[in-house]
Amino acid sequence: MISKTFRGGIHPYYGKELAASRETEKLPLPDQFFVSLEQHIGAPVKLLVKKGDEVKAGQLIAEAGGFVSANIHAPTSGKVTSTDPVDHVSGRKVPAVTIKADGNDEWVDLEPVDSPESADPKTLLDAIRRAGVVGMGGASFPTHVKLSPPDDKPIDTLILNGAECEPYLTADHRIMVEKPREVLLGALLEARILGASRLFIGVEDNKPDAIKALEDEVEGLQLPENIKEISVVPLETKYPQGSEKQLIKAITDRNVPVKGLPMDVGVVVSNVATCYAVWDAVYNGRPVIERIVTVTGRGVVEPGNYWVRIGTPVSHLIEAAGGYEDDAAKLIIGGPMMGFAQGTDAVPTMKSTNGVLVQTRDEVQGPDFAPCIRCARCVEVCPMNLPPFLLAAAAEAGRYDVLDQDVLFSCVECGSCAYVCPSRRPLVQFIRMGKAYFRGQKKGK
Amino acid sequence: MKMGERKFIISSSPHIHDGSLTPRIMWGVSLALLPATLVSFYAFGWDAVRVILVSMVSAVVFEAIALMLRNRRPRQAMDGSAALTGLLLGLTLPPGISNAMIMVGTFVAIIVAKQVFGGLGQNPFNPALTGRVFLLIAFPAPMTTWPLPRDLTSQISSLKSFLGLAVERHADVVTGATPLGAVKEHMLKALPHINMGDLFFGLHTPGSIGEISALAILLGGLGLLVARIINWRIPLTIIATVFAVAFLYYLAVPPKVSGMSPVSAAFYMAVFHVFAGGLMIGAFFMATDYVTSPIFPKGQIIFGIGVGLMTIIIRLWGGYPEGVSFAILLMNALVPLIDRYTMPKPFGWVDRRA
Repeated sequence: MISKTFRGGIHPYYGKELAASRETEKLPLPDQFFVSLEQHIGAPVKLLVKKGDEVKAGQLIAEAGGFVSANIHAPTSGKVTSTDPVDHVSGRKVPAVTIKADGNDEWVDLEPVDSPESADPKTLLDAIRRAGVVGMGGASFPTHVKLSPPDDKPIDTLILNGAECEPYLTADHRIMVEKPREVLLGALLEARILGASRLFIGVEDNKPDAIKALEDEVEGLQLPENIKEISVVPLETKYPQGSEKQLIKAITDRNVPVKGLPMDVGVVVSNVATCYAVWDAVYNGRPVIERIVTVTGRGVVEPGNYWVRIGTPVSHLIEAAGGYEDDAAKLIIGGPMMGFAQGTDAVPTMKSTNGVLVQTRDEVQGPDFAPCIRCARCVEVCPMNLPPFLLAAAAEAGRYDVLDQDVLFSCVECGSCAYVCPSRRPLVQFIRMGKAYFRGQKKGK
Repeated sequence: MKMGERKFIISSSPHIHDGSLTPRIMWGVSLALLPATLVSFYAFGWDAVRVILVSMVSAVVFEAIALMLRNRRPRQAMDGSAALTGLLLGLTLPPGISNAMIMVGTFVAIIVAKQVFGGLGQNPFNPALTGRVFLLIAFPAPMTTWPLPRDLTSQISSLKSFLGLAVERHADVVTGATPLGAVKEHMLKALPHINMGDLFFGLHTPGSIGEISALAILLGGLGLLVARIINWRIPLTIIATVFAVAFLYYLAVPPKVSGMSPVSAAFYMAVFHVFAGGLMIGAFFMATDYVTSPIFPKGQIIFGIGVGLMTIIIRLWGGYPEGVSFAILLMNALVPLIDRYTMPKPFGWVDRRA
């Protein structure tokens, strides 16, 4: 088996063994949900409920505020107790709906699409839009928008992203092992909407059970007419293999241009968990109010994977995983490479929350950063072929005038450079600072 | 504990690291110089120990003083970079050099070449080489007086000439010419006496204490390659360039070596230039200095070819028998320019003129 890959990248300790073989359990419902109203990229939502309202599971509580936006639904039945802002993964407080669960978990009536295999793309797109599906791999871009490329960007290839290169996380791994059929059916729907003739499922070769499960399922699949080629593609286990442009390069050998999108090279990439959500939305009419979250790291007693309703506080998840170890020191939403460190576990889960990682004290302490010695390691590992040391140095010195914005914004913030820097320089942080400067300038205009 | 009570550390991603550390790299390079250091101890005895000790200690002391003057923590002087500079400088000095001169060298290396420019990571020129070249220009005689190594002096009663040139007897030491010097001065006389094995193992060759054994340097260099502290580009291109130009030169101007065809004589001389003098230590340990060499792969190749060319040009046509130090320093000056023109384009780059 020869695994495909891209240039650059790193081989960190993956830590997947902590949770990879733990079957996904249903997380008991908490008493209180905090449903963030900032769960996607695009226009803000319009709130449809107010304090005191009774809601049911799956009920629309906030409506998309435009085409590039996504609906938000109640995760269970209960009463809206507040619409005040609550903690958000970003560290800010953002508007949210607080729901006190009544414990009955009553659902609204769901409206699945009739005979999905023959439904027209418009109907499918509408079902996906209504269900509030967004990219569940982390980006949270509304899926119905991604599946509606302009006419001058024909799509011939759909790639399912099952790389899950982020260390420690196993949510995508579990969904591929436990729900391969649903994932593939969702993918076929996406392919039909796009008119794609090729479907590739990219999976890192450290997940042979997922590759096997998908391959078995592909064999028994009734392929629609539009699909001419379908295969599971093993990828080298290397970070950031699941980064969109690197994934496309590895599988199709196409280069997504700087400032461009996958659709510029006829490709759409969709995360496996997103495909599952698409399947759920179309076949069951169920909106996105649940997903798999990995709770892991040396800082929790019993790592595992859970079906979690959106809006569940992280503290509730940690409790289910046996609680914190005594030396738990860092709480991260997401993985160790690109996740967000949290100050509090009161923060709720969102549609894009694929993992909660708790690190121990000895895992997080390191020496202060020192001057760059130009060792070139960051240059070697950068998957985008950038000079991270230069971008960071310019931003650190406030020399924004020497920064080429096209180069700077090519950075995907994967963190490979900072991971290998022997001077422990916070390269990604400096680069983010540079990006923030230019974003601020644009806003000022 | 209730929800929201526990406090956590907040920092920007990534939240893991591969464990590498700059001081560990610096000390690692010093460790790679251990074979050459041990050979110098064997060949030149306590004199070599003295030179290296004075050089390393004074370099670290100067570094600490400079850091204090710059309001930095003097502890940083132990990050291994000053010690490495001291070690490298010491290894490129002749064994008979005085302690005062060594300290002038480390002063120039640490203070003038490094700290004045802002310390670690900021210096345009290799500090050790800057110190060495300063000494060479300031004290040309002591810097080119070459006491013979122990294995050679032990044959002293029979030794009237070395490499075809007379050895000099001083009160307490016997000195001779280095192979490069001998060839430069009197090619025809020297050539029949040059033994490639001596150059490779180094125990019978006068020269800078750490440069005499090509084998010892190669061992350390291989260590650096295996540990992935350096890559092949700079050392290989330097050595290949020196070899190629020397070979072509001696094909055009054939040396008269008895019993050898012109081609094999040219080959012999090309190998001689690779093993002689400071080429090995320069190629593996000086030119690969992160701070003063190009950072991008293409640039490293250009830099290596440049160093090789300058070295062999100075050796063949210049006034000095050895040119490695000058070649590297000259190319150091071009590094910002090389970096600028060899920066790779980002993934998916679209030419803006198109």
